[in-house]
Amino acid sequence: MALSSDKIASLQSRAKVIRQHIIRMIGKAGSGHPGGSLSAVEILVALYFHKLRINHKEPKWPDRDRFLMSKGHAAPVWYAALAEVGFFQVKELDSLRKMGSTLQGHPDMKRTPGVEMSSGSLGQGLSISNGIAMAGKLDNKPWRVYALLGDGECQEGQVWEAAMSAAHYKLDNLCALLDFNGLQIDGPIEKVMSPLPLADKWAAFGWNVITVDGHNIEEIIAALDKAETIKGKPTMIVCKTVKGKGVSFMENRHEWHGKAPNPQQVEAALRELQ
Amino acid sequence: MPELKCTREACGNALVELGRANKDIVVLSADLAGSTKAEDFGKVFPERFFNMGIAEANMMNTAAGLAAAGKIPFATTFAIFASGRAWEQIRNTIAYGNLNVKIIATHGGISVGPDGASHQGIEDIALMRMIPGMTVLVPCDAVETPKALFAASEYKGPVYVRLARLKIPIITQLTDSFVIGKFNVLKEGADATIIACGVMVAPALNAAETLIKEGIKATVINAYSIKPLDEERIISYAKKTGAIVTAEEHLATGGLGSAVADILAANCPAPLEMVAIKDRFGQSGEPDELMKEYRLTSEDIIKAAKKAFARKKQ
Repeated sequence: MALSSDKIASLQSRAKVIRQHIIRMIGKAGSGHPGGSLSAVEILVALYFHKLRINHKEPKWPDRDRFLMSKGHAAPVWYAALAEVGFFQVKELDSLRKMGSTLQGHPDMKRTPGVEMSSGSLGQGLSISNGIAMAGKLDNKPWRVYALLGDGECQEGQVWEAAMSAAHYKLDNLCALLDFNGLQIDGPIEKVMSPLPLADKWAAFGWNVITVDGHNIEEIIAALDKAETIKGKPTMIVCKTVKGKGVSFMENRHEWHGKAPNPQQVEAALRELQ
Repeated sequence: MPELKCTREACGNALVELGRANKDIVVLSADLAGSTKAEDFGKVFPERFFNMGIAEANMMNTAAGLAAAGKIPFATTFAIFASGRAWEQIRNTIAYGNLNVKIIATHGGISVGPDGASHQGIEDIALMRMIPGMTVLVPCDAVETPKALFAASEYKGPVYVRLARLKIPIITQLTDSFVIGKFNVLKEGADATIIACGVMVAPALNAAETLIKEGIKATVINAYSIKPLDEERIISYAKKTGAIVTAEEHLATGGLGSAVADILAANCPAPLEMVAIKDRFGQSGEPDELMKEYRLTSEDIIKAAKKAFARKKQ
């Protein structure tokens, strides 16, 4: 079903607010990962404000859809989305990375409502998602599992162990999304250690692969809808994204993978995100 | 002569029994289902058995996901691969998330035999014991093994259970208790205390028999719960007997002996002798040849007990 233009506009303004949160919270924390948080904003907006069947008043609702962030360093975009949904108050975002905070530098399932699984050590999230999807299948549950992976993360061998077993166990209740921004902390992915061609690799591992513009919410949602109709295999949505998207001086610069903006840079970035 | 039986065989049967009692029990295997006896479960409950292939890291995280969705997964493979290959998955996902995953590690120790050093897990207790919140159990025979599995399945949180490959004597009774965090005293004696785990408990009992003839009455403790340890018993027997021997089929570094040493040093320093592997890898050989070569026999326990007893008098 096509989305109304009002709905799309509201999702886009959500994306803008989440970008502002990301910049503010990382600026306040003085450390963190803006680049890969900004690249995944539309992906999380499509999921949290349209696709996921969740209840923020009951984070552990047994029949909820599950979203896992395997690229755990992008925690700020997850926290911002969860706060906007209402899992906790927006003002908590100010406590990111602070001693005693519910918002750890990398996601901690024991501290943060809505965080399904702890992550941060790359390469593990898809395997975990597989396990959840297998449990759902065992019990004939209607809920679905979504996992966000990074492109640099695909250098981890375990990602391909998980890719193999998701196809082997025909996990069509699982949909992974790849934040394909082309950069990792040391530089361009194909220069550091090329995992390319990514879409072909996932297809070769037995996945249904859909490639979209990862900043086009309509395209992401259409792909998520399509994934639900695919039976007998898991779906990978390859989202072509721009690292640092929305902040001109961060866009396509790997230096902003894991660096906080200073107060002047926060101000400049927020001006661009008005 | 007591009956001989493999702990891993007892484990296979226990998993089936657990599967019957609770439909949330699932079993994962990283190939090797025939060797670990996980295949027994697979035959009875094929829909709840997942062979994950030769990919231990993926298996541990898949188990984590199953646990997060309410299942009680038992992930099975050899001790070296469970604790070594997948250590970081266990640490960062299973233990950090306090997920209800049970890791069943067969083929612990050098008594694995002819397969050699690459397949002999001799550091697994240390690797698992150091992880915050991890429970580590080492049952000593085929009667105690099912109790360890039942206790693990009832406990909420991650548990590592270490089993052996070879047939070992049955020395415990069905009626003996098994409580996580407790030890069982198998024999009382006032002169020294032998604290042993796993396959070393039977030789410890034999050693105590011989020691009596030489005038040393030794207590023998079955330390099946390596973490949490039965701190109270260690302290009370250290005070009562004044000389301690630990016996384990594991490196001296970081295992049962190290754990006992920590407790003694902090509470009641007493002479301690460790019967364990001393900073070297295993090798191919028959299990009994290897146990002799690596000083893990009842004779070695006797020597250690005499030494600890003599040190007490100094």
